[in-house]
Formats: sequence, structure tokens, C-alpha cells
Amino acid sequence: MATAATTIDQENAQPVRPAHLFLYLLFGIAFGITLTKSEVASWFRIQEMFRFQSPRMYEIIASAVVTAAVSVALIKRLGLKTVTDEPISIAPKTLGAGIRYAVGGFLFGIGWALTGACPGPLFVLVGNGVTVMLIGILSALVGTWFYGFLRPRLPH
Amino acid sequence: MNTLFSGTWPWYIAGPVIGLFVPALLLLGNKVFGVSSNLRHLCAAIVPGRITYFRYDWKQSGLWNLVFLAGMVIGGFLASYWGHAQDIAISNHTRFALAKLGVHDFSGVAPREIFSWHALFTVRGFVSIIVGGFLVGFGTAYAGGCTSGHAISGLAALQPASLVATIGFFAGGLLATYFLLPLFL
Repeated sequence: MATAATTIDQENAQPVRPAHLFLYLLFGIAFGITLTKSEVASWFRIQEMFRFQSPRMYEIIASAVVTAAVSVALIKRLGLKTVTDEPISIAPKTLGAGIRYAVGGFLFGIGWALTGACPGPLFVLVGNGVTVMLIGILSALVGTWFYGFLRPRLPH
Repeated sequence: MNTLFSGTWPWYIAGPVIGLFVPALLLLGNKVFGVSSNLRHLCAAIVPGRITYFRYDWKQSGLWNLVFLAGMVIGGFLASYWGHAQDIAISNHTRFALAKLGVHDFSGVAPREIFSWHALFTVRGFVSIIVGGFLVGFGTAYAGGCTSGHAISGLAALQPASLVATIGFFAGGLLATYFLLPLFL
């Protein structure tokens, strides 16, 4: 079980062309704009979602999942390759006992409601001018590091 | 540009655009859309120690994602710089519920009375930012993904593990919203 996350990294560890890094930067900029203009990076919207007082966040998540799922199905069906003609493969996540997904997911969920932000919005909020979120990011790094430290002793 | 940056995007634009990042990253370089891996890459880059979880070539596997992350900060800046500063138009029910918890500032993207340097060492600021941030980092690492990696990429690829994780996200979020927030806000 200790290999699950390592495997994912290695399977996606194809070399990246320097010119492509610029495109990843542009995609990131587009994603930062999207998270801001859709307001999913807002603490208020997250509270509204967890209180079921507006369908908006659920509509956004559901339509995002459907769009992504149809795209992934099309990529598979048509056997599409990357722009550099490499095969596209999505490494399956091993469910195993599922403890890591249930417990880890639960703990992240608490953090999501407390900060009003998942990892992406933590960074987008800094760009939005909520600079105190740098401390939130630092704290998240400590959390991730602590997981790495405890990992051999945690059930997965 | 004007319509792109002024005002809030409706859900039927926002959702599909978010979803399109999954095929965009697959088609560009067979990359799986997921933000929280960056927290691991940053740990691996800065303080790997002797921890096997952080002993890997982060430049090889994570540089593209860290560049994407840097773009997100820039995008967040551009969107708020060019866009009109406006209150988030949450429902009145939410306003009322939050006001009962003692949140009175509804301007900006997050309430300043909690998310500001000034509030960092108040109880509400400390729990929201520092305890919350820690749980985001610990939880996503343990679960091997966050909203983007599990709830979007994972569900889109029909991964059962991601469904378990997503249910966990909402279970934790609901618990915190209804039982923890009233204790410290």
C-alpha cells in the first residue's frame, strides 16, 4: 500500500518539453481566472454549498464532472494521443481497503469547510489579495509533510 | 475581455470550463489534473528529510504542475485586478445563518474578520486558517487527491476510490459546517 501514490507519480513522470512549460503556465492562469470568476474559491460560496442553500456549487461540480467524463470517454474511444504523439493513459487508483480515501477525504473535508478553500483556491486567494492565505498554504505544507512522516504507521 | 472579466460566470459556463482542464492536460502531455500533488512536490523540493514519501524526482514528475500552480496565482491576481470588486451574491439564507454565527462583513471573497493578518491570531482566524490549512494538507495527502484530483478527474474516470474520497470530503465538510463552526466563529 505504501507504493500507491509513488506509482501514480512515476507513471506520469514523462519528461516535459521546456516549451510546454509555458503552456502549463497559461493553463494555470486560465484556471486561476476560472476559479475566481466562478467564485468557487470563495469562503461564502463553500458555506452556501455545505448549507444546501443554493444549487450553484453542485451545478458547477456536476457539469464539470460530466464535461470531463465525456472528454475522457471520447479520448479513450477515439484512441487520441498527446500533441507530441504519446499515448494517453490514466493510471487507475487502487481502492484497496479504502481507508485512506474515507479517512483522508473526511479530514480534508473538515479543512475545506474551515478554510473555505481546497488546495487550488488556497493559491488563487493569494492572487486575489487574501495574502494571509500564505499562512494557510504553509500550514497545508506542514500537514502534507506530517502525513509523509506518519505514512508508514497509518492504515491505508 | 470585458464580459469575461466583469461579473460572475454562470454555473453552466464555470462548470464545463473547469471540466475541460482534464482533457486539456491529458492532450498536452498525458498529465492528470490535480492540484494537491503540488503540496507534496513543494515538500519534496524544500524539506524532504529522510521520508521516502518525499524522496523522488519532483522536477521530473511535478515541475509542470508547479508551473500550473504558479499560473493559478497569476490568474487569480489578473481576474480580481481586472474584474469589478463586488460582493459574492450568496443566498439570503446563507447570509442570515452566517450572521447568526457572528460574520458581519460580506464584502470580498472571504470575510476579512476571519481571513486577514489582523485576525490570524484570534481564535476564529487561527482555527480557520492554521488548523484548517493543516487538515487540507494532511487530508489531501492521505486521500491522495483533492477536489480536482478526486471529485473532478477521478469521478470523470469512474474511479471507485474517488467516489469514496468525495463522499468523505462532504461528510467532513458537513460535520465542520454544522458542528465545528458554531464553536469558534
